[in-house]
Amino acid sequence: MSWVLVVGATSDIAKDLARIYAQNGYDLYLSARDSSKLTTLQRDLIVRSKVEVKLLDLDVSEFSSHASVVASLDPMPSGVIVASGVMFEQGESQSDFSKAREMIDVNYTGVVSLLELFASEAEAKKSGFIVALSSVAGDRGRASNYLYGSTKSALSAYLSGLRNRLHKSGVQVLTVKSGFVHTKMTAHLDLPPLLTASSQEIAKDIFTSQQKRKDVIYTKSIWFFIMLIIKHIPEAIFKKTNI
Amino acid sequence: MKLQSWGNYPLIDHKTTLLSDEASLGEFMKSDACFIAYGNGRSYGDSALAEHLLYTKGYDYFLDFDEDSGVLECTSGVTLEQILDLVVPKGWFLAITPGTKLITVGGAIASDIHGKNHHIEGCFSECVESMRVMLASSEVVEVSKDDELFLATCGGMGLTGVILSAKMRLKKIDSSTIDQTTIKTKNLKETFEAFESYKEYSYSVAWIDALASGDELGRSLLMVGEFAKSGGLEYKSKTKLSVPFYLPSFTLNSLSVRAFNYLYYTKAKSGISYSKVSIDSFFYPLDAIANWNKIYGKNGFTQYQIIVPKEQSYEALSKILSLIAKSGKGSFLAVLKLHGKANANYLSFPLEGYSLALDFKIEDDLFALLDELDKVVLEYGGRVYLTKDVRVERESFDAGYERADLFRSFREANGMREKFNSLQSKRLGL
Repeated sequence: MSWVLVVGATSDIAKDLARIYAQNGYDLYLSARDSSKLTTLQRDLIVRSKVEVKLLDLDVSEFSSHASVVASLDPMPSGVIVASGVMFEQGESQSDFSKAREMIDVNYTGVVSLLELFASEAEAKKSGFIVALSSVAGDRGRASNYLYGSTKSALSAYLSGLRNRLHKSGVQVLTVKSGFVHTKMTAHLDLPPLLTASSQEIAKDIFTSQQKRKDVIYTKSIWFFIMLIIKHIPEAIFKKTNI
Repeated sequence: MKLQSWGNYPLIDHKTTLLSDEASLGEFMKSDACFIAYGNGRSYGDSALAEHLLYTKGYDYFLDFDEDSGVLECTSGVTLEQILDLVVPKGWFLAITPGTKLITVGGAIASDIHGKNHHIEGCFSECVESMRVMLASSEVVEVSKDDELFLATCGGMGLTGVILSAKMRLKKIDSSTIDQTTIKTKNLKETFEAFESYKEYSYSVAWIDALASGDELGRSLLMVGEFAKSGGLEYKSKTKLSVPFYLPSFTLNSLSVRAFNYLYYTKAKSGISYSKVSIDSFFYPLDAIANWNKIYGKNGFTQYQIIVPKEQSYEALSKILSLIAKSGKGSFLAVLKLHGKANANYLSFPLEGYSLALDFKIEDDLFALLDELDKVVLEYGGRVYLTKDVRVERESFDAGYERADLFRSFREANGMREKFNSLQSKRLGL
């Protein structure tokens, strides 16, 4: 059976993604900065689905390590899902560049470094898929969240180009633009119930879309319409708003 | 963040911490936070409500499952639904299950829940072989059946520590179908007789018409069942219906409930009838409707569940049912059940006798009625179930639970009182 690599497997969405892929018979590589945090999930997946699960130490912002980590994978995964990401408060990252820098490194630069390696593999094999979790925050910069948003904006643009490049090789690239999700990252926030999805819903949505070979999805889908409006507000008006 | 439990009453404001692994829980335990664990929010009242909650539902990992011996080990946030999805197709079932599968393993232990087979198999703690618990000191201990911590934790409402994982014994089944027999009875005396004559059956529970009075007081539909010997092990959760919003609180009044009860009772065939039903419709009929709690309206509801010793049951329940019929309050979810012997746990609810559970929507004069019912319950040596409770007074609680003080001193001696508290534990001075 084919292998899928989940990068940043300690997140809630990654946990549910791993479960769905395992349930559907995929063997899994799970990676995290400290993969010892994944041993419980590994046991869980084996009990639930009896697939093979291997753990991997991988630091997305440690660019120089990427080539050797990828080279060590045997067999090479046919699919890669990037679920890693960090978000700091806007205020905090405005006053402390190291926070902004960490978001840029983890959410953008590191992903580019990793995916370029997989892209070449997939391109040569003429098969495979790449899924990366971007965000609706990348669709337009807002005062309240633009440092995080800009990293996701860059990621979305990168994925769009990568998809364009890999299309002729038959390699799928799926950009996931998620809205609010109930996760560890948002546990302290009061989120609007109608706009907020559970990590299970998001994972299911991603799996289905990947299997259907889609390109870009908004999840929940209502975010497509919300962002359609937000993207089309003229800048002269937008700059005066507070959303 | 605002939150209610299953009864939608009360509404509280609280701080949240998520349980994701032992290491971070250890750090949290060392802080000066005072909190209570919160699983899937299905206890009805205030036993899992506090100013600071530890959400355990995301901590849902299977650790081991021996398909030959039927021993399953998992972390405390795993729901019974997740367990069933995994084990039923392999020929196993929960040894003990309550009337909903939407609770966590941690909650099942903390409430020491019981099910339709209590008269034979006992409470949930019977199937728990061992568990791991983090104490107030942040020390993690392996707890086995003979430990005092086991007796205090099973039924201990989360007040002794954070249950991390449990190893439990499952029950072998030959099919996922249940042979159900329904016995229609005309009054309480007949209902009790039916329970006695069908007590060899593994599963039994009665729906009772709580608004019937006079000669018909206690008329019921007793449902008993056994797993069928053949019929396949297929198990799929059905698509759920849902109550999308709170119904106006006048939807359920004495007239509509009376009409429902009348129809439900009269549509059943008289005498004895047989049918083959699925696991979900036999054990978890209400789970088919998500958010069914919203039918009681925004003010919420409570479930009043009590138990009285067998010898006094007839007299006590007659009195209680008469008082309820007279008040005109009462629900279409009134459940009667014959229980087996009590266990040794400090705060477990069941004792040998009949339990009665009724839903009431929250109204101004409700608690006065329940206080009156409490008096009858205590007069006959009974007690109130904490998992459903939102209002019982300390005196009434103490009179029903003879080991309450033992539990208090155990908490005191182990630094648990400063660490684990719910609105309920504060009300009861636990």
